[in-house]
Amino acid sequence: MPDAPLPKLAVWKFSSCDGCQLSLLNCEDELLSIVGAVHIAYFPEATRAVVEGPYDISLVEGSVTTPEDAERIHEIRAESKLVVTIGACATAGGIQALRNWGDIEQYRSIVYAHPEYLSTLATSTAIGDHINVDFELRGCPIDKYQLIEVLASHLQGRRPRIPTYSVCVECKRKGNICVPVANGTPCLGPVTQAGCGALCPSFARGCYGCFGPQDSPNAPALSDQLIELGMTNDDVIRVYRTFNAEADAFRAESNRLQALPGPSKQGAAK
Amino acid sequence: MTHQLKDGSQVLQVGMLARVEGEGGMHIEIKDGVVESVKLNIFEPPRFYEAFLRGRKYTEPPDITARICGICPVAYQSASTEAIEAIAGAVTTPEIQAMRRLLYCGEWIESHSLHIFMLHAPDFLGYDSVIEMAADYGPVVEMALRLKKAGNDLMELVGGRAIHPVNVKVGGFYRMPTKAQMLALRPALERGLEEAFETVKLVSTFDFPDMEQPYEYVALRHPDYYAIERGTVVSTSGVTFPVSEFPKHIKEFHVEHSNALHAKFDDTMYMVGPLARYTLNFHQLSDRCKEAALAAGLGETCRNQFKSIIVRAVELAYAFEEALRIIDGWKDGAAPSVPVGPAKGEGMGASEAPRGIIFHRYVTDENGIIEDAQIVPPTSQNQPSIELDLKTAAQKWVDMDDHALTHLCEHAIRNYDPCISCATHFLDLRIKRS
Repeated sequence: MPDAPLPKLAVWKFSSCDGCQLSLLNCEDELLSIVGAVHIAYFPEATRAVVEGPYDISLVEGSVTTPEDAERIHEIRAESKLVVTIGACATAGGIQALRNWGDIEQYRSIVYAHPEYLSTLATSTAIGDHINVDFELRGCPIDKYQLIEVLASHLQGRRPRIPTYSVCVECKRKGNICVPVANGTPCLGPVTQAGCGALCPSFARGCYGCFGPQDSPNAPALSDQLIELGMTNDDVIRVYRTFNAEADAFRAESNRLQALPGPSKQGAAK
Repeated sequence: MTHQLKDGSQVLQVGMLARVEGEGGMHIEIKDGVVESVKLNIFEPPRFYEAFLRGRKYTEPPDITARICGICPVAYQSASTEAIEAIAGAVTTPEIQAMRRLLYCGEWIESHSLHIFMLHAPDFLGYDSVIEMAADYGPVVEMALRLKKAGNDLMELVGGRAIHPVNVKVGGFYRMPTKAQMLALRPALERGLEEAFETVKLVSTFDFPDMEQPYEYVALRHPDYYAIERGTVVSTSGVTFPVSEFPKHIKEFHVEHSNALHAKFDDTMYMVGPLARYTLNFHQLSDRCKEAALAAGLGETCRNQFKSIIVRAVELAYAFEEALRIIDGWKDGAAPSVPVGPAKGEGMGASEAPRGIIFHRYVTDENGIIEDAQIVPPTSQNQPSIELDLKTAAQKWVDMDDHALTHLCEHAIRNYDPCISCATHFLDLRIKRS
């Protein structure tokens, strides 16, 4: 047994579906090793026990959508040596960032009979828009092996080895047939960061961008291809405006398409 | 945590209810030994799915609504595909339905084993979490992880990944797994089946607080099987109707202390979930599941929500049986999907999420663009019964010390395996005595 105390791990939730923190519990083969290497100090989805900060590692899931959460994230930063955001909500605002293109008052009244009961912000924003983040782990949901790599790299005192190239690289390595070239299936693989193992193309469907933009995407060029494959302008706007709609490259491209002349049902560009 | 207020009233408070999915709290007021009011507060921030689904294409709800819940994405994918297919009048094949059921069995196995061992068992055994439990119950926790992994592996095979599967689409699947791939999972599923029956025996030895509730139960019923992926709506009062009449019977309403809408069934409170399914559809379980349930001390109906852990274990075994049945009967070569084009109209779909009925309704225009969407998840529907359980339990055990009563009330909430992320599409626990 090591003499030094185990690093304290905290898992925090903001606006999200719980799927990314579930990825930690989904490490069935590794979970008992993980709890042997870190001290799970705060993880309400899994335990009632609460150990006070400061924490060595904070994993943050979810986006900021309420005034209270916009303050809480600063408290978490102050208590944490390392802040790692996990998933599309925490790194890009998530699917709930679609409100950023809508009218929040109208949204409240569509879903709730008494909008006055709600406390909510007009926008859903990434954790990195509020505090300094030490590492952003992408994906909707994250890949559990990438999460283990991030935790292991920190314990070993090195940078995590998380590729930032495109899904196309993973597809080629896997020996997949290129779905847009062979089948004419629209695919966001060329502009999307790897990490999923080229999952969708392996199932004969086009990538839908759930890991967000790769490090050097050329989205306008891909949009031309998608339109050539039969998608309408509105279809292309919608594929960029899903789980990573507020990631820079995807937001810029959907707004560019929105500003093009012609009819559109997708509301106004921001 | 106990606060003595200046006026002599007392507040017990747990800042964050643990081992539930999402964020919520509870407020209980006790005056002169009488429980006066109980509120389940859900402050999980609203995400407005029904609002931003407007203007999206009819093909998108399976991927978008899956993101409402990382624990039960398949429930959303099943109900949404069925609703959209109803608009187009599309009829899926028996093979597509079998594959949906197989994927859903994976989700029941993953979700039920997560709740039984990681979220619920620590309440019965007196631990804060499964992590502390592992120190004393090593082999049980290892078994739990194997069970959960078997469910996740099944979801990965059929759906591509366990959280937010990618292989589901309106009309069916992008690609069918092969029989050979499925058979590779068979040994783990066979072991899982036996371990699920061990789980039924294990959880039946727990101590159960004695509390029965006379709630109206509502569940789906499938003509051929214990309902999972589809069915018609049935209730203990004898009301039966197709899913398309769900809005006529189930009315949602908004209360101030919750970001999740409450619901009533024909103007009465009701409950969905494992106890409702078990009580209404016991006759459709396999003989082995029925025998295991009766041997575990359950009757053919169950009205003690604390015993939901046994019912979940029986359903866990059933899901393994069903997965094996579907795999053994599978023949390669079936088309993965049927074509579903854009169509104008209204469509509804429902399925049995691990926590109970989930309902989806969509209205589309002639281009298949969504004009209106409504999603009724199980935890929303169960809020009134959770509150009444809390009130009943707090009153029944009002003489307990605050620490023990607080824990018991938390346990009563976790009986429901509440998914608060789903319901808002949280819990601050307070007991106030005066």
